[in-house]
Amino acid sequence: MTETAITRQVAAETLVELGGEYSDLVVVGGDLNKSTYSNKFGAAFPDRFFDFGPAEQNMVNVAAGLAASGKIPVVSTFAAFGTARPFDQLRVGVSQPGLNVKLILTHAGLLTAEDGASAQAIEDVAIISALPSFTVIVPADGPEAAQAVRAAIGTQGPFYVRLSRTATPVVHGSDYTFVVGRAETMRQGTDATIIACGIMVHAAQVAAASLAEQGVSCRVVNMATVSPLDEGAVLQAARDTGALVTAEEHLLQGGLGSAVASVLSGNLPTPLEMVGLSGYAESGNSKALLEKYGLTSTDIADAVRRVVSRKTGQPTS
Amino acid sequence: MTDTKQVAKIEALATRVRVDSLNMVAAANSGHPGGSLSEADILAVLYGAVMTHDPKNPTMPDRDRFVLSKAHACPALYGVLAETGYFPVSELSTFRQINSRLQGHAHIKTPGVEMSGGSLGQGLSFGIGTALAARLDGRPTRTYVLLGDGECDEGQVWEAAMSAPHHGLDNLVAIIDRNRIQNDRWTDEVMTLEPLADKWRAFGWEVAEVDGHSVPELLGAFDRAAETKGRPSAIIAHTSKGKGVSFMEDNPAFHGMAPNPEQLKQAIAELTSSQAHD
Repeated sequence: MTETAITRQVAAETLVELGGEYSDLVVVGGDLNKSTYSNKFGAAFPDRFFDFGPAEQNMVNVAAGLAASGKIPVVSTFAAFGTARPFDQLRVGVSQPGLNVKLILTHAGLLTAEDGASAQAIEDVAIISALPSFTVIVPADGPEAAQAVRAAIGTQGPFYVRLSRTATPVVHGSDYTFVVGRAETMRQGTDATIIACGIMVHAAQVAAASLAEQGVSCRVVNMATVSPLDEGAVLQAARDTGALVTAEEHLLQGGLGSAVASVLSGNLPTPLEMVGLSGYAESGNSKALLEKYGLTSTDIADAVRRVVSRKTGQPTS
Repeated sequence: MTDTKQVAKIEALATRVRVDSLNMVAAANSGHPGGSLSEADILAVLYGAVMTHDPKNPTMPDRDRFVLSKAHACPALYGVLAETGYFPVSELSTFRQINSRLQGHAHIKTPGVEMSGGSLGQGLSFGIGTALAARLDGRPTRTYVLLGDGECDEGQVWEAAMSAPHHGLDNLVAIIDRNRIQNDRWTDEVMTLEPLADKWRAFGWEVAEVDGHSVPELLGAFDRAAETKGRPSAIIAHTSKGKGVSFMEDNPAFHGMAPNPEQLKQAIAELTSSQAHD
């Protein structure tokens, strides 16, 4: 049985720990504090927790004002509401002055599931990666989410940490150390490299294991920091394996795949296949959605076979 | 009772700010003169008398905060910052030029500028953040946010207006520069704002309406705001766009248009002679 964790819950518990360490840490919530578990911070530090209702534009500039006064404000709501609605506020109010605001947003991607397309943030990484000052982190699991939140709070500048609603597999041991901006090689391989983030890291591991049984050797790289991208790790994978697959629970436009393609085309053109979403999804349970919209380990394995075939000029077996 | 010497000093500062604003806009051949002239007295009262601030230490933690939400009207802000000693008056001529600290819309790279703006509707929310931080830290500092009246068309202004009284921020003052003209036209042609004072009252604010060009009235309103406990204060400052220059006053054309050299000469002559008569 695979161990699982709910990243939004882990992140909220980490914020409570950090509240004890950083007296300037404050949380700004938007009437979703039970769902984001930010009410835990509110219970532990009532003076440092502010609910602004579902008014995300206001929340973001309030956070900017807090940051400009030396506080470390966390904006806590769903990824769908905390990125698109206040984009202008994030652009002019946070990114341009480079203020120390932390977006720690939950219910990202397809795993928001039954709530349907409006709640499924699938453009959020593209939106925030378009803002030059922001660091964008898509943790692969609970342990990485905890460390990503800790890094975001402890590092000066705007951060976005993307979290899931449902329990997802744990891919890291207790000895794992997350470093902002540094890719993690989870498995060595020679025929191709899968570069994944978020929940697709586990799917990439499963795909690599099944491909190994068929004689295809895959490197698996966890690219938790999507922006700024670890370009060195991308180019190393391209040199070492000559074929790449990206995998993300996000639109293909403007996400991890686009970032990797940009690095490759500018430096070392290499066959690349991208696994991700090409449009909006719908209501349904998580498993059904991931299958229908092509975000499973099988989809990744198929992409690896395609890219290896392009590299070698041999048809897929 | 108002000290007449203090009033004269503030009025003189406001005149210098107006002259600076027009010189800047004329030199850049772009910028926003109308709203700079309408807000000049408000800025002169805040920086010349009301606020605790130190031009030699712009980031002093215990300073009062001034937030220019209508960040396009930054020439007057740069003028008052220079005239009170944040940076040399000579630097004003770099406004809107390459490599300048004086951006076309207010940006925090300028000493004394608290907030980067330029997209309307964001300043009151920012001011809520600085007011909350002051309260958390137990600092006596106050936050003053200047909004345009046309800016009140932005929905975010009302998100902020609803939340500041909810959080009981009596260390926050919103000033609305009610000059009745916005970018394209008169405000009541673009979007009905009235009854504006009632709107702010209904959202839970202590509201005062004053002549925004009367230094004593502005001083009195800021005094009363400081005494108001438990909720924030809104001051609706009735002003004229282009105040002090006959051909700019109440003229929508000068929201965002620079005067030509001849107009500049006449404008400065009018501003400086009217001060001499006071």
